[in-house]
Amino acid sequence: MSNAAPLLEVRNLRVEFPTRRGTLVALDDVSFSIAPGEVLGVVGESGAGKSMTGAAIIGLLEPPGRIARGEILLNGKRIDNLRYEQMRRIRGKEIGAIFQDPLTTLNPLYTVGQQLTETMTTHLPINPAEARRRAIEWLELVGIPAAAQRIDSYPHEFSGGMRQRVVIALALCAEPRLIVADEPTTALDVSIQAQVIALLKTLAREKGTAMMLVTHDMGVIAETADRVAVMYAGRIAEIGPVREVVKHANHPYSAGLMASIPPLDRRVERLAQIDGAMPRLSAIPRGCAYNPRCPKVFSRCADERPDLMDAGTTRAACWLYASEVPHG
Amino acid sequence: MADAPPMFEARDLSRHFDVSRPLLQRMVAREGRRTLRAVDGISFDIPKGRTLSLVGESGCGKSTVARLAVGLYTPTAGSVRFDGRDLGAARASADQRRRMQMIFQDPYASLNPRWRVKHIVAEPIRAFGLVTTKAQEEARVAELLTQVGLSPLDGDKFPHEFSGGQRQRISIARALSSNPEFLVCDEPTSALDVSVQAQILNLMKELQQRLGLTFLFISHNLAVVRQVSDRIGVMYLGRLAELAPAESLFRRPRHPYTRALMEAIPDLDMTGRERIPVGGEVPSPITPPSGCAFHPRCPLANDRCKRERPEMKPAGDAMVACHAVEEGRDDAMPMPAIVRDAA
Repeated sequence: MSNAAPLLEVRNLRVEFPTRRGTLVALDDVSFSIAPGEVLGVVGESGAGKSMTGAAIIGLLEPPGRIARGEILLNGKRIDNLRYEQMRRIRGKEIGAIFQDPLTTLNPLYTVGQQLTETMTTHLPINPAEARRRAIEWLELVGIPAAAQRIDSYPHEFSGGMRQRVVIALALCAEPRLIVADEPTTALDVSIQAQVIALLKTLAREKGTAMMLVTHDMGVIAETADRVAVMYAGRIAEIGPVREVVKHANHPYSAGLMASIPPLDRRVERLAQIDGAMPRLSAIPRGCAYNPRCPKVFSRCADERPDLMDAGTTRAACWLYASEVPHG
Repeated sequence: MADAPPMFEARDLSRHFDVSRPLLQRMVAREGRRTLRAVDGISFDIPKGRTLSLVGESGCGKSTVARLAVGLYTPTAGSVRFDGRDLGAARASADQRRRMQMIFQDPYASLNPRWRVKHIVAEPIRAFGLVTTKAQEEARVAELLTQVGLSPLDGDKFPHEFSGGQRQRISIARALSSNPEFLVCDEPTSALDVSVQAQILNLMKELQQRLGLTFLFISHNLAVVRQVSDRIGVMYLGRLAELAPAESLFRRPRHPYTRALMEAIPDLDMTGRERIPVGGEVPSPITPPSGCAFHPRCPLANDRCKRERPEMKPAGDAMVACHAVEEGRDDAMPMPAIVRDAA
């Protein structure tokens, strides 16, 4: 995994929102990479910057948000400084996107067949007849019954779960090498969720597609991801193999987050909770952003901001794992 | 437990909605009226101080039950009794309304954005005339805010100044302000992050113990439900599939749908075991399948399931609406992995 050249590389990404009251830093010094065929899960509370990271990668940051520093490389080529037209060609062809709400992703005025064939004829060297044939194949592949008939249906004629399958087919049909999936199963019921996750996983494995999976659902991450990045207040708090982060987190925040998940296999009198709330972007504490809530806080945490450092099984942005002894 | 009269009773409760198209369109298309049976004959009761949860997927009717329970909908058939008195027959008296409150899913939509928090929390106190002076009202609001883990100073702020978790605390303070005995919570933590969810669930449990509250808890999340419930009802397409004491439901789920739901939950322990997702989707409640509504997705379905609708029958300490369970054919469906692992 580590010896394969990364497909996606994000280096020291910083996203800012200029406002009347000063500049808000939504993402700060975010770095990670995804290898071909790898699934990177990105978790964290709302406002931690998970969706923002995905939006920055596909070049759809909402103005006035902008990339202030750092770079994003796809296959070794920078994509963060491309013009709108150039980026538009990369989206769809190189990077597919799946969003939370399938109804807003699909155009209600076109049949799903039209949307699929349009995507394919735009990005692949094929004629419309071939595109239609492949569109039916894709619909079958994502598990839509009677695909040859349903292809001429409009999005509203599908149920929520079926619609999300169409969105997945749409994201995959131009055979992108990277998929950015932002909460792809959150709007779905558990039984449908399981079907969609199984589908995404198989397709990613079979086609060797890399995936960045943004979600707040730790169960989905545990089932799907190879590695996980935990975000807090616009930075990566911890990143590492899924089993290590979910079961033996090193960063006190990731540990607290995992502990607060209600267990399914037993009843506990009181759930573990992290007191307080994640700070707003306008009031991020000095030093480590987590220090006011951290049970293991010590003097250094309030003064200096930790970068990701080696924490054995994972990399964690936490002074507990500083190799040199702090002076004083 | 069985001796004390229940705080809340639902008997053969139904709520149907007319979803027909306008008359002229119906005549042109030559079609009849269409009825959505959101809730179709369910019965349960909740003893005082206990929590009953209803779980199920979207469209199963659980939120409609919540609204029926507090009188936001009137039942099409059946009855809702609160502390021995019928709610459906006439408009609930002010005293009954004071004693029951509701907490909604979305703390962004359920608080008036133009009111200060103290005004939001004080409204039920004023509406029911629970205090006589302004000073008493202020003291009560401060006490309620403290009780839910906020500061009395937060009363001067507006809802937008709070995070989702804090807003849900405000909703809880508002619900508690009329000294209710019965709280209906419709997905109270679904819009919250998992770390905040733990805070709110802990708070609700604490308040229940301290104030002796009775809860009707609506959720789609089985893990959450396991933490808070004494009894659990599993709903499917407007009907109860299974109603059982919480621990026995998780030790031995009987209805095939309950088993399928448990099997569909992602495995956090990453044991690498295979999960078998339930095939298919929840059918439309406007045109529910014949017989048992779950039969098109059920691995145990046979001819009788297609023809005859199963009634709730006792099975051990549970009530189950399933022909396969009644006939003892349910062993053919394996227990969900979480049950096997626990055994």
